[in-house]
Amino acid sequence: MNDARPNNDSRIVLEFRIKGMDFTTAGEAATGIKRTMTQLGMPADMIRRVASATYEAEINVVIHAHRGCLVAKIGPERIEICVEDEGPGIPDIDLAMQDGYSTAPTHVREMGFGAGMGLTNIKRCVDQMHLDSVVDKGTTLRLLFFSKGRE
Amino acid sequence: MADYYHSVTLDAEKCKGCTNCIKRCPTEAIRVRDGRAWIFEERCIDCGECIRVCPNHAKLAVTDSLDLVKAYPKSVIIPAPAFMGQFPTPDPGVVLSALRLIGFDEVYEVALAADAVSMAMRRYLKEHSSPRPLISSACPAVVRLIQVRFPALLDHLIKLESPMEMAAKIAKDTLGPEHGVFFVSPCPAKVTAIKQPVGRDKSAVDGAFSMSAIYAECLRQMEHAARAPLIPKASGYGMGWGRSGGETTIMGRDSLAVDGIHQCIKVFEEVERDKLAGLDFIEAQACVTGCVGGCLAVENPFVARVRVRNLAAERGAHGEEATPGLEQRLKSDYFTYLSEVKARPVLRLDDDISRAIDKLRQLEAVEDQLPGLDCGACGAPSCRALAEDIVRGYADEMDCVLKLRERVHGMAEEIVDLARHLPRSMGMKSHTQQSEDDDGEAG
Repeated sequence: MNDARPNNDSRIVLEFRIKGMDFTTAGEAATGIKRTMTQLGMPADMIRRVASATYEAEINVVIHAHRGCLVAKIGPERIEICVEDEGPGIPDIDLAMQDGYSTAPTHVREMGFGAGMGLTNIKRCVDQMHLDSVVDKGTTLRLLFFSKGRE
Repeated sequence: MADYYHSVTLDAEKCKGCTNCIKRCPTEAIRVRDGRAWIFEERCIDCGECIRVCPNHAKLAVTDSLDLVKAYPKSVIIPAPAFMGQFPTPDPGVVLSALRLIGFDEVYEVALAADAVSMAMRRYLKEHSSPRPLISSACPAVVRLIQVRFPALLDHLIKLESPMEMAAKIAKDTLGPEHGVFFVSPCPAKVTAIKQPVGRDKSAVDGAFSMSAIYAECLRQMEHAARAPLIPKASGYGMGWGRSGGETTIMGRDSLAVDGIHQCIKVFEEVERDKLAGLDFIEAQACVTGCVGGCLAVENPFVARVRVRNLAAERGAHGEEATPGLEQRLKSDYFTYLSEVKARPVLRLDDDISRAIDKLRQLEAVEDQLPGLDCGACGAPSCRALAEDIVRGYADEMDCVLKLRERVHGMAEEIVDLARHLPRSMGMKSHTQQSEDDDGEAG
């Protein structure tokens, strides 16, 4: 589900579609973005931060939403990731950001997902993060990473 | 290119230029050109997957000749723990004796050094705050895989020498530096680790012999050896290193063992996403079943694995007290790497990120034009790899047989068009006639 589009600015744009409850393909975006970053020779610590946050964001869509789309814009100094989903939305964003707060159903928790650390873990990896949500419509998560100099 | 030594090499005579190896290589290091395989030296991690998969036995692991022993006044042979799994005899002492009878002054079990390294690893886990899970550095193909594909995980590597390196060091320290030390290797990765080590400038091992060659030599000595067996000193811990799961037995509950290079990649991807932070330790081995599955081993890997497991169980576990001189060695950093393990960023398209982005965009554009069959007929493992080669200047779009066919088709159509076209000198009549004919056909 990876679709690279030509664009006018000097960035690589990668797009991934994510399906709710599809655990088998979850992680494809993280792997694809990582491969691209490795080919671009981006710093190892940045690859790591982006891969972790992307995976968490993908899993959030898989667990909570019906479907979603992840777009990564990769430039030499910064990476922007935008995850938009159609789903139940988040009624209280401040509460959702708290450690251990989870609305994941029991059967998902039994699989080892949905421990309520997803957003916390994402926050730890990113330089900027913005969360927008409309109840019963969906959620948009924007992540920004800056390159902290080459190794 | 001369910067790299590799044990894995090609016998150009035997290579038929098929696509088996290019498809299997975990770092996409092989291409077929001029009817034979070529290895990108900077990418190869000596895992031996291509050796295993080649139907023509054109890939081989270069090891040393037994004649090398003559260059040293005295000699020690150090067998990998996996070697014990090659023989049906339940007594490892007989195998040790046979090894010496081949023509060595001493035998030192790598498994004994593995006992010491096991204890050093436990200490390392307790004393080092480096990111979890720690990853064993015992398999050299795995270390190189991390250098090439997972640079972000270099911090996780346990910076302790392998049992092989330690066995050689201890043997020289205790028996005398005039001893040449020779390893019985299950795989090419270990041979490369001796010729071009990571974590130190020079290995203490002086040469490596193929396990299968030494196996044959040992068989001739078995009868004699059975009458005068040596006494093995290694514990079950050290002996267990010969198979997958051996290290995790030592490192406790929160450890994971993975074997097979492609499975290792999957586990490392999980580590990279911080999904396995709850684990203390990962034992990762490039060969399925661990060292007994090395491509220089003789016995069926699963049979050998059971033998090693049973031998280890019979010998039982030893604690730190069973390893003499351990405390002193730990204090003096005897086991630790002497130099840094660096990333090998050979997959990047350009040293400059902006230029790399341009190249990647070209790559994606080229890939879009390719059929996506990943047939390998162009000599690259996938359409994407061909696109990468084109952008790097190593290949041409016409290397793709389907693109070539498309182009031939286009040219053939053009030729038919030209053939129909009559010169003006032959008159308008013919032009009119032709269009009437065309109308006729269409009608």
